[in-house]
Amino acid sequence: MTFTTERRETRSGVGTSADRPDGIPKVTGDFAYASDLSARGSLWGATLRSPHPHARITRLDIGPALRVPGVSAVLTLDDVPGRKVFGLEEADQPVLADGLVRYWGEPIAIVAASDVEDANRAIAAIVVEYDVLEPLVDPEEADRRNETFRRMTIRRGDQTVRGEVVVEGVYETGMQDQAPLGLEAGLAMPDGEGGVDLFVATQWSHVDHEQIVAALGLPDDRVRVHLSGIGGAFGAREDVSLQIHLCLLALHTGRPVRMVYNRAESFAGHVHRHPSRMWYRHEATRDGRLVRVTARLLLDGGAYMSSSRAVMANASYFAVGPYRCDSVEVDGAMVRTNNPPCGAMRGFGAVQSCFGYESQMDRLAAALGMDPLELRLGNALHPGDHMPTTGQQITGSLPTAEVIERLRAIPLPPDVAASHPLHLPGGTGLTTSPDHVVRGVGYAVGIKNLMFSETFDDYTEVRLLITPVGVEVHTAAAEVGQGLVTVCQQIARTVLDIEHVAVIFDDTSQIGSAGSTSASRQTQMTGGAVLAAATELRDVILAEYGGDRLDGRGVWRQAELTVTIDELCRRGPTERHVRFRHPPTEKPDENGQGNVHVDFAVAAHRAVVDVDPELGLVHVVRIDTVQDVGKVLNPRALVGQVEGGIMQGVGLAVMERLVLDRGVVRNANFTDYLLPTFADAPPVVTVFVEEPSHFGPFGAKGAGEPPTISSTPAVAAAIRAATGRPITRVPVRPDDIVGL
Amino acid sequence: MRITVTVNGIDHAVDVRGAESLLYLLREELALPGSKNACEQGECGSCSVVLDGDVVCACLVMAADVNGSTVRTVEGYADHEVLHPVQAALLDGGGVQCGFCTPGFVVAAAELFDANPVPSTDQIREALAGNVCRCTGYGAIMRGLEELAARNVGGGA
Repeated sequence: MTFTTERRETRSGVGTSADRPDGIPKVTGDFAYASDLSARGSLWGATLRSPHPHARITRLDIGPALRVPGVSAVLTLDDVPGRKVFGLEEADQPVLADGLVRYWGEPIAIVAASDVEDANRAIAAIVVEYDVLEPLVDPEEADRRNETFRRMTIRRGDQTVRGEVVVEGVYETGMQDQAPLGLEAGLAMPDGEGGVDLFVATQWSHVDHEQIVAALGLPDDRVRVHLSGIGGAFGAREDVSLQIHLCLLALHTGRPVRMVYNRAESFAGHVHRHPSRMWYRHEATRDGRLVRVTARLLLDGGAYMSSSRAVMANASYFAVGPYRCDSVEVDGAMVRTNNPPCGAMRGFGAVQSCFGYESQMDRLAAALGMDPLELRLGNALHPGDHMPTTGQQITGSLPTAEVIERLRAIPLPPDVAASHPLHLPGGTGLTTSPDHVVRGVGYAVGIKNLMFSETFDDYTEVRLLITPVGVEVHTAAAEVGQGLVTVCQQIARTVLDIEHVAVIFDDTSQIGSAGSTSASRQTQMTGGAVLAAATELRDVILAEYGGDRLDGRGVWRQAELTVTIDELCRRGPTERHVRFRHPPTEKPDENGQGNVHVDFAVAAHRAVVDVDPELGLVHVVRIDTVQDVGKVLNPRALVGQVEGGIMQGVGLAVMERLVLDRGVVRNANFTDYLLPTFADAPPVVTVFVEEPSHFGPFGAKGAGEPPTISSTPAVAAAIRAATGRPITRVPVRPDDIVGL
Repeated sequence: MRITVTVNGIDHAVDVRGAESLLYLLREELALPGSKNACEQGECGSCSVVLDGDVVCACLVMAADVNGSTVRTVEGYADHEVLHPVQAALLDGGGVQCGFCTPGFVVAAAELFDANPVPSTDQIREALAGNVCRCTGYGAIMRGLEELAARNVGGGA
């Protein structure tokens, strides 16, 4: 039999804007998210939460709740059979309140009932009496009391160096919420043998699993965590929320239990972005060479640790930004308070300090009488340079100067008055006359590490197999919307030249951890694992059959098909299971020095804003960005990551802030916690710089976080340029602009 | 109370309780979970449906109030395997990431395009300002819908 020898390229491989495999069910409404799951006979779970940020529980009586019709279970900490605490970095948070409430909304008891209304009635029937205590809500006071999760000390270079030009500033960033549209939700199903299956929206099923089995006091194999459809994450799903509670209720009742937080509860049910207060001093020579940076960073970790230690590390390691500087002093304090716990959110510490150092770079440029971009270019960090904080030599790509140069080359939008009120500050509220609008343009540059650092054993498992109908890629990596699922398909297609690739999300019993969908890591890690598995499998197949090419039809030798795909699948090998790691990192020494990171990415942003200086209203006209991405794997998906990340940065700049009143969140809803809408969202011009990473499939770098880092200070800089006001905190409030 | 309601062309007679929303009725009683429960206070548009010709947030409508009404949900836009042009446009533009907001955008955008097949950029922006998306930053949604509007101009829709 003869076959055509013409090579048919796989159509949707690396570099194409391949379609998402879950796209059609998502537009038809058929895609099943965690909150859509139910099972025959399932109960509803609900949570009793503390209205006080700090209180001693003097009485907790569940009796009346148990008597509510339809109620199957009411559980407190006493009902937790195993370890009574959980936590991402350290188990310090009680599964249910341990007698002392440490933050507003802390879970005290959980119930399961036949429907939502019965569950809510049961919650209301629980009797709790509190001895309300004075909450510790001031981070400065917590610092004085040495209530800390981590202190960071970075000392690099000659500490006696002084610059001829010195600028100082104090900057603040607010507490931001990830606000994924999908609420915390899950379904737990007892397996009838003392174990449980949990279907849940999470960023990291295996780390949930670890915490669940510990709390349940069960062996690993009795609990299986399955990835459900996930409605966004942005860091909010890295910590356990309802996972343990659902499993407890399911095991206690012997019935499936569903739980879906409402939006107000969601604000209490996940961690937030750490608010920060930062003092900075930058010193430079008269010709604009940065010679010393001193920084004091104070971040509020809230009541429990979550990922606060790693966030503190990031804020400190990136406290100077992508600039050369040989004398650096950074002191960071991550304090413990009775404010809501803070943890992961896109950018993870690098966001806060970027607002500080970029505000300083503008202040320094003004003091020097220099163009802000020239100052940045003159100090830009290049490959071969050393990180100003850790001293780590940059051995991979880092096109800092290029992202700045190319950003500057993007033409500015026309400086014309808006024709439609949608484009004016205040929008269709018609508050602002076009004559009163002043325009400003601002720039910022940011840097962040990619993947996990400081010796964390960061790995991901992929099992890849060839079947008669295509390729299966098995992983436990969470697809939260970012498009990892598409990138995995593209990589497998490109290596194996087989078009049909199915990505199958295994539960925790079927495959090892993929690590977290965070730290911009999954494209490089799980994408890298798919590349490794596919390449190894292809090579062993070709070696086995003496072939020179593999595709969907089989193994080829010298343009002749020698083994059909069916035969290959009968005879094997058809499978490769890899555990894939990135190059090792080091712990920092006592001065914060060491090769603590694997890889870095830089991005630059330019914001154009229109401001009503009398009312203090801002309209963001456009954002331009140039981002270091290593290699573009899927242009359309990558632009989506960049634009979406920028909008969260714009949100932090001008509107998104959880308002705390002595530890109580006053705006835990979408009416008062403002998210950018279509009317607020500026168009974005995106340019990619492709300088391959030393570690990443086809040279790709993670791209999820850099858009959210320097977009915020760029907007603040633009507002400064428009108004002449100092703008030292984000989100910028009208009184910062009006100058009240 | 017992109500009758026509959803995506199918008549239903269902018992609803006083406090039940149309969203709850759709998701929990009629097995139509496509309309999403993201804020349940009318701010995000994820539960947008067409009720007797108007786009509404199903979370803000009492189930008891839809007696005798006609409702179209996101599940009612694709014709078997053929997507509604707005659904295809959202995919083509890259306007779907996590997808939780997508049902609301499909409904709101489909109603916009049915009323005006060639909306301007500002008309799209204004019509969809009640639908929050946290993933895309709206750019990809806009590009998909602008493309659709441009095709409608060309095709004389």
